Amino acid sequence: MEVIPLAWWQLALAALMVVGLAGCTAALRLGMSRSLLIAALRTVIQLGLIGLVLEALFAAERLLWVVLMALAMLLIAGREVMARQKRRLGGGWAFGIGTLAMFLSSFTVTVLVLTVIIGPDPWYRPQYAIPLLGMLLGNTMTGVALALDRLTDSAWRQRAVIENRLMLGQPWQVAIGDIRREAMRSGLMPMINAMAAAGVVSLPGMMTGQILAGTAPGLAVKYQILIMFAITLGTGFGTLAAVAAGSRRLFDGRERLRLDRLVAPRR
Amino acid sequence: MTASSTLRLDAVAIGTLTDVSLAVPPGEIHCLSGPSGSGKSRLLRAVADLEPHVGQVWLGELAQSSLPAHAWRARVMLVPAESQWWADSVGEHLPARPAVEDLAALGFDASVLDWQVSRLSSGEKQRLALLRALGQAPSALLLDEPTANLDDATTRRVEAWLVERIRQRGWPVIWVAHDRGQIARVANRHWRIDGSKLRAEEVAPWR
Repeated sequence: MEVIPLAWWQLALAALMVVGLAGCTAALRLGMSRSLLIAALRTVIQLGLIGLVLEALFAAERLLWVVLMALAMLLIAGREVMARQKRRLGGGWAFGIGTLAMFLSSFTVTVLVLTVIIGPDPWYRPQYAIPLLGMLLGNTMTGVALALDRLTDSAWRQRAVIENRLMLGQPWQVAIGDIRREAMRSGLMPMINAMAAAGVVSLPGMMTGQILAGTAPGLAVKYQILIMFAITLGTGFGTLAAVAAGSRRLFDGRERLRLDRLVAPRR
Repeated sequence: MTASSTLRLDAVAIGTLTDVSLAVPPGEIHCLSGPSGSGKSRLLRAVADLEPHVGQVWLGELAQSSLPAHAWRARVMLVPAESQWWADSVGEHLPARPAVEDLAALGFDASVLDWQVSRLSSGEKQRLALLRALGQAPSALLLDEPTANLDDATTRRVEAWLVERIRQRGWPVIWVAHDRGQIARVANRHWRIDGSKLRAEEVAPWR
C-alpha cells in the first residue's frame, strides 16, 4: 500500500482553518490569537527544516551526523526544560541537571533499544535512531521539566515547613521527602496516564502514523508498545535523576535549605 | 548522651551581629532581647546551623562543624516562633507518646494526639511545638519567643513547666523574650542586642 501524497495546497486548506480559529479567538478577545498564529508558523518552519535535515541525514547514514543531530536535540531540550521552570536553580544548574538527566536516561534507553531490541544495521541507522530519540527526548523533557518545576516551586512555598523539620533534627532527605515524592509523581503522571489510556481513549501518534503508512496494525502495535515502554523508562529514570540532583542542590554541605540558589521568576 | 554540657558561642557573626561570644552553663537560661529586626532569630538560626555564619559553636567538647548538621540540630534544638505542621494529625509529628503530666502541664490530655492539625489555634500550636521539640531528647534548647501567642495565665503555666524541665534535664537554654516580667522570672542572665553587640543587662533588679 502506498501513502497518499499530500500537496502543499492541501496543507494550506488546514492552515486556513487555523487562521479562522485565530480569528474567532481574536473576536472573543481571548488574547491568544497572536501566540496561536506564531506557534502555527513555527510548526511549519521547524518541521519543514527538520524534513530537509532528515532527508540529508538518511541519505548520508554516517554515525558522526547522527551523533551531532542527537546532541543538538539534547541541548535544545535542555534549554526548554530550563525555560519551563518558574523558579529555577541559578548558575547553570537548572540547564545542567535537566540536560544531564535527559542525557543519562534518553540516550541510554535509545542505544539499548537500538542495539539489543530492534537491531537495525548499522545500529545507528538514522531512520530508527532519530525518531526514537526524538520521541524519548520529547517526553523525558516534559517529565523532567514538570518534576523540577514542582520541586523548586514547592520548596519555595514550603520553606518554613522544610526548615522546621530540619530544626527537629531531620536529615535533609527526610525534610524534603514529601516534596520530592510529589515532584516525582508529577513528572511520571503524564506517562502513566498515557499508558493507561493508550488504545482506549487515544490512539498513540506513532502507531497511527505507521498504520497510515501501510504497516500491518499488529506490527504497529508491537512498535507502539516498545516505544511506550522506552519512553516510560526514559522519563522515569530521567525524572529520578533530575529530582535527586535538584533536591540535593537545594541544600548545602551543612544541610541548610538554600533558596538563595533559586532565580526569582522574571516579570 | 551529651546532656549537661555548656553551650558556647565563640565569635559568632551573622547579619548585623558580629563577634558574639557567650557561654550558657547546663540548666541555665540566658534571655536574649532586642528590637525587632535586630537579629535575635537569626542568631538562633546560626547556633542551630540553619544559616551560613562565621564563628564556632560548642556543646561541651562537641564543635558544631564536627557533627553532621542534622545530628547537631537534634542536639541543639531550635523551637521557632511560628511552628509548622505538615501531617494531618498532631500525633504524627511527635516522636513518642508524651508523658501524661507534660500534656497536663500544657493544658492537654491524651486525645490531643488525634486532633487535626488544621483546627489548632496558634496558642495550641505553640505549646505543642514545645512538646514536640522536647520529645526529641535534645541536649540544649533555643527558644524563640516560646509564649508569644499565649494569654497571661497560660504563659505562666508554660514558663513554669519549661523552667522545671530545663533545670531537671540540665539543658543550656537561649530564650528570646520581649517581656521584662518574663525575663525577670526565668533568666539567669539577660543579653540585650545593641547594634552589632550583645550587652549584658541586670537580671531582675527588684527581685
